Amino acid sequence: MQNTLSHKYQDGLIAYQNKIKAVAAEEMVLNLGPQHPSTHGVLRLELITDGEIVKEVIPHIGYLHRCFEKHGEALNYAQIIPYTDRMDYLASMNNNHAFVMGVEKMLGIENDIPKRVEYIRVLVCELNRIASHLIAIGTYGIDIGAFTPFLWCFRDREHIMNMLEWASGARMLYNYIWVGGLFYDVPVGFEDRCKEFIDYFKPKMQELNELLTDNQIFISRTVNVGILPLDVAINYGCSGPMLRGSGLKYDLRRVDEYSVYPELDFEVAYAKAEVGSIGDCWNRYKVRIVEIEESLKIIEQCVEKLTKEHKRTKEFDPRALCPKKIVPKAQDFYSRAENPKGEVGFYFIADGRSDKPFRIKSRGPSFCNLSVLPEISKNVMIADLVAIIGSLDIVLGEVDR
Amino acid sequence: MIFDTVKQLLIEKFGEEVIIAEEPNQKQPALIIKADLIADVCLFLRDHPQTWFDFLSCLSGVDYGVEQQKFGIVYHLASIIKNHTLVLKIATENNRDEENLPSFKSISAVYKAAEWHEREAFDMLGIYFENHPDLRRILLPDDWDGFPLRKDYKTAEQYHNIKIDL
Repeated sequence: MQNTLSHKYQDGLIAYQNKIKAVAAEEMVLNLGPQHPSTHGVLRLELITDGEIVKEVIPHIGYLHRCFEKHGEALNYAQIIPYTDRMDYLASMNNNHAFVMGVEKMLGIENDIPKRVEYIRVLVCELNRIASHLIAIGTYGIDIGAFTPFLWCFRDREHIMNMLEWASGARMLYNYIWVGGLFYDVPVGFEDRCKEFIDYFKPKMQELNELLTDNQIFISRTVNVGILPLDVAINYGCSGPMLRGSGLKYDLRRVDEYSVYPELDFEVAYAKAEVGSIGDCWNRYKVRIVEIEESLKIIEQCVEKLTKEHKRTKEFDPRALCPKKIVPKAQDFYSRAENPKGEVGFYFIADGRSDKPFRIKSRGPSFCNLSVLPEISKNVMIADLVAIIGSLDIVLGEVDR
Repeated sequence: MIFDTVKQLLIEKFGEEVIIAEEPNQKQPALIIKADLIADVCLFLRDHPQTWFDFLSCLSGVDYGVEQQKFGIVYHLASIIKNHTLVLKIATENNRDEENLPSFKSISAVYKAAEWHEREAFDMLGIYFENHPDLRRILLPDDWDGFPLRKDYKTAEQYHNIKIDL
């Protein structure tokens, strides 16, 4: 310990160091990561193991810390949007949407946004949700030894990447949803391409289910592994597929009814214990599969609306409402939305004078979902630990911010 | 309205002095709670059948600026069953001396979700939490000096002979 902080504030660090020193002779401290492929990025786990049994997991995060909150205090609201892209870089659209909604509510313009803009936002968010879940499923397969689903998922995700690149100009980090509108209207022919994609993708989901969901080896590796009871999930602040995988029908798209979600018809996926116990890895995986199918339904409805009721017109300008300078009144505001990983939240403090937030705090769903890992991986096998980490579906860009 | 219900319940349980001030005109109305009582208040609100705030959405440490000499924590609570939300705030005066960090009671025994959020507030703002089970830095390395999200933070020139260039 070399930092200058007084010892009276370092009791946590000293206790941790003493714990590692006091590991018993028959136990071993094993580092998993930060470069291990099964940790999905730069997560480092310190395992105290007894043979193949994991006695304790100590996560170490921060390897991808890019000072989002500090940067946010120095930039104006429109300039922060690209930084939110880089939080959960697999679901940038959803981050943009959550952030932009918060700023719009602070400005009080959330009810003036044209319906066409809202439908396009929901459309691209749901496309991005599918892409994010495809990564979760594909890499989960590879974690527990199934290589083919990984390639299939990446092949199908690439179609979505191409579509979103066509709309926004970037493959992964879009900066597409702006305060008050959009960067551009969707390109001509985008709606047809969405329809084509849905027709292409539905049979592929069938194949994926046959290959992975009902696969006996996959079931043996995931059923009754890493059971997360519902009360623990709530107490640890887990959200998204983690919470719904523990059997709770709770989705902010339905709870908060933001954007145009109330007008859309879709079911909230949650674990129903078809296989194994509620809250295990298989159920979390299955929630993501069902959510992909529900997102396809939403996309179909959005395309329908965008080609009929809210058609493209010559006068339509998605940037018409974008404020030149964003200066919210003095207030603080917490905005939350349903990301593919769970509840993404932004807490703003505006001082009323400047176009920069006084304080911005982001709540990443992966951050809270990861914090439950030490709790559900006590006394599991090391191989099962890999299965549990994969089922959390963390993105380190969001854990570390 | 849940805000008034909570206010009434808290005054009944803890007496008038528990609520120091309130911000009812905000879009998300907030209660400013006496800092010593925050863990008890959270436990009470979590388990009371009328409020049932079982979910901690967010916990943010705030440095209110160099002139103000004030540090605070903002809690965003949500109830899954009742479908309502609440904002609680606590604050304390502090002279920004590293020997004397602002200190609050930890609520990690009430909401386990607070454990990592409080570690982050300690890491970034130098806010100490009493009775926290594992309070050490979370995002920055253990030997980092200073608290980057403080408004008077000066970037170090180097870290282990690596030049910090901005």
